[in-house]
Amino acid sequence: MPVTEILSALMGGAVITMKIVVMALPLATLMAFTAGLMRMSERRSLRWLAAIYVEFFRGTSALIQLYWIYFVLPLFGLSIDAVTAGVVALGLNIGAYGSEVVRGGLLSVDKGQTEAAIALNFKPRQRLWRIIMPQALVGMMPPFGNLAIELVKATSLVSLITIADLTYRAKSLADMTLQVEQIFGLVLVFYFLMAQALNLGLRALEKRLGKGMDRGGLT
Amino acid sequence: MIEFDWDWAFAWEVLPLLLDACLITLQATLLGSMLAIVMGLLLALLRRSRWKTVSYSAYWWMEFVRSTPLLVQIYFLYYVAPEWGLNMSPMMTGVIALGMHYGAYLSEVFRSGIDGVGKGQWEASIALNLSPYRTYRDVILPQALRSMIPASGNYIIAMFKETPQLSAITLLEMLQLAKIMGSENFRYLEPFTLVGLIYLVLSLAASTGIRLAERRFPKEGFTLS
Repeated sequence: MPVTEILSALMGGAVITMKIVVMALPLATLMAFTAGLMRMSERRSLRWLAAIYVEFFRGTSALIQLYWIYFVLPLFGLSIDAVTAGVVALGLNIGAYGSEVVRGGLLSVDKGQTEAAIALNFKPRQRLWRIIMPQALVGMMPPFGNLAIELVKATSLVSLITIADLTYRAKSLADMTLQVEQIFGLVLVFYFLMAQALNLGLRALEKRLGKGMDRGGLT
Repeated sequence: MIEFDWDWAFAWEVLPLLLDACLITLQATLLGSMLAIVMGLLLALLRRSRWKTVSYSAYWWMEFVRSTPLLVQIYFLYYVAPEWGLNMSPMMTGVIALGMHYGAYLSEVFRSGIDGVGKGQWEASIALNLSPYRTYRDVILPQALRSMIPASGNYIIAMFKETPQLSAITLLEMLQLAKIMGSENFRYLEPFTLVGLIYLVLSLAASTGIRLAERRFPKEGFTLS
């Protein structure tokens, strides 16, 4: 099989991989902020609920979570297709790690900011979203970037529940053509480029979020 | 539609088998982390090299390994190594893949640990005419160790949680066994849930252990006897 044909076959898989990343990323972000904020809530029940979610998803393997959602949930009458299972599992998994980033980011904002917001009679909601969060977000971006790359890497797991992503196609092509060096070499480069592109994008976003902010001297 | 019914008899039947398979998982983790530590140290030292080519290659190797999926790396080794005349068992392939992958992560931990040792220590080693080998072994690494241990421990736990991916190359570890048990009995609930719980218990225990060890370590005033 000529390399161009291998490339075009892999391209189709790369598109599916990117689709899964694009669908799982919002879910992960949502879960990260929900659980991260819940863990800082004044209500003990909310804190506990979030802690259980986080510990559970961080304490077990992503692949086991994926299998559990794909094979076990149908037993409860919840039949979901492979793509949904993949997106849900990866989103929940990365979201659990992300919630720690959110929590750490919020805690790292100087206390004086909260005090100043109280002194200026901001409501709690405004205090969080208009004063604390914009400052915390800038610090959260680098670890979020790492998690986004972890997500891209983790999408390879969905190949094990029969989704024809990049890894799945590589494996079936390898079984078929035996040109294993080229195929897996190309796939590694594909993933590397995707991760680097994501990294560049997130760095640009970080720069924009930090615009006009006096970083490092907020005391 | 099958109702939620947890079958205790079946659960008790699979649990001992899963615990046996857990030994395979632990073996892969242990051997993998030993290789990762060696690889990590090697990469960290190469990145400090005076020769730009060496340090840049080490950097890009690390960057590449860290931003590509472990599963693809496992497949790469499993399929390509025989082409190069290396016939390895799934266990061996898995250990090398885990070691290479986490070695890249550990190299960053080691590098920042080494960078964290005060400049005076290097100068003192030069003043005492210690060889580079002795400088690292007797002066720098013992001091760097304190900050390296907790972070390395967390990566080893992460490695432990990625061992299920070795089921993709037919290694009969916990998840693979659970999958087989599940398909033989048409019951996935108990085996998968048990595997998840075993991972949860072991990784929570390990991370609590690390946190305790971290508290035990003296923060300041680390002395060399």
